[in-house]
Amino acid sequence: MPVEDSAPDKPKRRRLVELLLGGGLFASLSSFFYPVLRYLVPPQVPDLGGDEVVACKTGELKANGSKIFRFGSRPALLFMTADGEYHALSAVCTHLSCTVQYRSDLHEVWCACHNGLYDLTGRNVSGPPPRPLEAYQVHVRGDEVVVSRKRGA
Amino acid sequence: MWRNRIAWRLWAGAVFLALFAGRSGAQTSNTCIDCHSSLDPPLQVTADKFTADIHAQKGLGCTGCHGGDPSDPSMDAMSKARGFRGKIDRKQIPALCGTCHANGDFMRQYNPSLRTDQLSQYGTSVHGKLLAKGDTRVAVCIDCHSVHDIRPSRDSRSTVHPLNVAQTCARCHADPEHMKGYSIPTDQFAKYNTSVHHDALVVRGDLSAPTCTTCHGNHGAAPPGVGAVHNVCSTCHVFQDQMFQKSTHKAAFQAANLPGCVTCHSNHGITHATDAKLEAGPQGVCMQCHKPGDSCDQARAAFLKGLTGLDEAIKDADRLLGVAESSGMEVSQARLEEDQARDDLTKARVTIHSFRKELVDQDIQAGLNVTAKSLQGAQAALAERDYRRKGLGISLIAILAVVAGLWLYIRQIEPKSPGVSHR
Amino acid sequence: MRSWLDERLGLDELLAPLREKSVPQHKLSHWYFLGGITLFLFAIQVCTGILLLLYYRPSAGEAFESVQYIMTRVQFGWLVRSIHSWAANLMIFTAFAHMFSVLFLRAYRKPRELTWLSGMILLFLALGFGFSGYLLPWNTLAFFATKVGTEITGQVPFIGHRTMIFLRGGEEVTGATLTRFFGFHVALLPGITTFLVLVHLLLVQKFGMSVPTSVEEKWRASPGEAKEMKFFPNFFLRELMAWYIALGVLGALAALSPWGLGTKADPFAPAPAGIKPEWYFLFMFQTLKLIPAKVWFLDGEVLGILLFGVAGLIWILLPFFDRKPGGRGRRMVLGAGIFAVAYILAMTVYGYVAK
Repeated sequence: MPVEDSAPDKPKRRRLVELLLGGGLFASLSSFFYPVLRYLVPPQVPDLGGDEVVACKTGELKANGSKIFRFGSRPALLFMTADGEYHALSAVCTHLSCTVQYRSDLHEVWCACHNGLYDLTGRNVSGPPPRPLEAYQVHVRGDEVVVSRKRGA
Repeated sequence: MWRNRIAWRLWAGAVFLALFAGRSGAQTSNTCIDCHSSLDPPLQVTADKFTADIHAQKGLGCTGCHGGDPSDPSMDAMSKARGFRGKIDRKQIPALCGTCHANGDFMRQYNPSLRTDQLSQYGTSVHGKLLAKGDTRVAVCIDCHSVHDIRPSRDSRSTVHPLNVAQTCARCHADPEHMKGYSIPTDQFAKYNTSVHHDALVVRGDLSAPTCTTCHGNHGAAPPGVGAVHNVCSTCHVFQDQMFQKSTHKAAFQAANLPGCVTCHSNHGITHATDAKLEAGPQGVCMQCHKPGDSCDQARAAFLKGLTGLDEAIKDADRLLGVAESSGMEVSQARLEEDQARDDLTKARVTIHSFRKELVDQDIQAGLNVTAKSLQGAQAALAERDYRRKGLGISLIAILAVVAGLWLYIRQIEPKSPGVSHR
Repeated sequence: MRSWLDERLGLDELLAPLREKSVPQHKLSHWYFLGGITLFLFAIQVCTGILLLLYYRPSAGEAFESVQYIMTRVQFGWLVRSIHSWAANLMIFTAFAHMFSVLFLRAYRKPRELTWLSGMILLFLALGFGFSGYLLPWNTLAFFATKVGTEITGQVPFIGHRTMIFLRGGEEVTGATLTRFFGFHVALLPGITTFLVLVHLLLVQKFGMSVPTSVEEKWRASPGEAKEMKFFPNFFLRELMAWYIALGVLGALAALSPWGLGTKADPFAPAPAGIKPEWYFLFMFQTLKLIPAKVWFLDGEVLGILLFGVAGLIWILLPFFDRKPGGRGRRMVLGAGIFAVAYILAMTVYGYVAK
């Protein structure tokens, strides 16, 4: 049986406890459920931006044109050849990681840093680069040009 | 015990034959090696050494160059009658090697992709020209390619593998005793070892980096010449040369008979080009020609300011991104922008070679714009981190309130001691 | 409301024993909290795990990106994921602490052998949760940790290779392993664990809280000194305090030290130097590293695995070694317990410090 506190202290004490418990419980439970409720709402950007990226819209590139876009956390190169085919390669030069570019005059991929040259399939054909550029797959979905990593192991 | 003595003899004979037949590994039996492996240098050629030789592996034995009779184990094998040539005179070595290596039809039988112009190239080289005049101290084939253990250049143990070329050249060119009488310095090797090309090639293993022969040629080895140096450098450093050729310095250097590229960057001791090259002090190159205070000096100062400004901005963004990352924030987009900014800085440093302020400023401004975005990303990440910490603080206060409330409530319903009932 | 439910479900009758439930009070009774904390952390895992399931994708091509997505794009995704990762570690820690406290307080004695048994299996299940969950982000560390871990399993004589293939879904660690581990982590293990937790709790309900022998003797001598605390509301309020503090600790850990993600796994890249498993496996890993390659005629690693297997078996059967009060068995178990704690601590520290 709880011992009776002296009368004036009791209500004040009780009220403090009630305040702490009630207010605290409400505040703490809100601080748990607020994040959970926000979490349940899907974000604006639904795609995962990892293995698949929308590089550009159809019509943005002309034949013999190119664009640098972000793939994962590295730059990639999208270009359209004269026959209207899209090609995508990693834009990180395999020599010293400079960003390569598409040369519309040479119809090859060129690295400005040390004059490295790659052909349109990414193979290193001239200059310092020791390895080819990784090639990506390109699909046209509706009016979007989608670049994805090649399905491998 | 061997009962059948005839069988025993046949057996021993077979073993004997097998041992000696399999001896050399190559088609020719080699009594030369049998003696010469036990002699002292310089006559010593061991079997181990010779089996490493590409010629031995392809079937060309000692007699291919030295003549003589390999099947005769006596000293008669080395008679003139048997075609013995002895030690080849240095002046005749290139021609001797060239009897095969300059013969396209012959070399096609062994390695169709090997070039066959080494001898004619050698004739154009400084070594070849001096040899023709009778100087036997210059390099001939065996000085670079070694002799009796010649390996193909793609073999990393070969004296002419890219990683080893500088060492091979230095055997003569870095030896002051040997180079006495010639009018060229002997510090090229030492200087090269301080260069970025040495760093790339030997330290990082980038086989595309230049060594002595990349710029001087191998068989046709000669300095490129003052007017042609820039062509050599521009094989890799295209943009810098293009800009330089369109700049004011081209005509000025030509008039002063100064080599492009080398005047500012040196030829052998090409160290990493930093912004310090644009300074007015001893590390700077501009003031070696220009007068302090003139328009060029002012342009130099402007270039330096632009480059160091962009460099500082990138470093600031990098610092902030580091803080954000170590607090657990995800900043990959900002890091990507940082990389882009660094690319722009590199581009600006290349554009310096045009010596035109408006071009350099373009690149610097592009870099500053991207850096600003990167910095924004870092600041946003830190703001998010602070928001999270504030949120944590609020929820911790609420939790503390509940814990305190619970404790007080427990005290309230158990005033004396916990444990209300007894067993 | 209550009377409405009571009329239909007979609530009062069901809840009556709970009202009577009491917890012994003595100087060691603070150890009683550990079981409840472990249960609470498990509940947190289930909740945060279900939330993570809304966005996670269990395929080799998307797993890493989906976790990255949760960490960076989903509102408070970083919080849910970090709490999940931290609570996992805390839960394994409290599970071990709970087991050792039960051991040293000798709460495994008759009639609580089955409680000990179910608890030990739950401990192994918790380790299984840790091992399977660790792979799910599909980052480099996890990939190689799983490779090494399943490799070690493959070394067990006779059944090792088949078990390894079962775990990996093939000869190597691939996307198939990820799918399989995902199935283990969200379906198989939770199913078995839920069932065993219920069994474990029912057994605890049935037998009540065990009291250490010294206290038991004291109370038998003088019954007036025996103290009990009502579960509802007294002990429960205290448990609530502990759980709330645990929540605060979790939140602080998640916000101040968020769980990292690392780089995406590349099966063709070489293993990073100095790879180590998570701390709860470190003592076993370090032991295996220290055993020489060949001991007598046995392969060193196999010997290590067998030793740990035997140790695990002994541990499950501990109650049966200590059946007589005050006997030799009790001292053996006590000694084994002290040795185990010391060994695990020492090996874990060594594993961290060693290169």
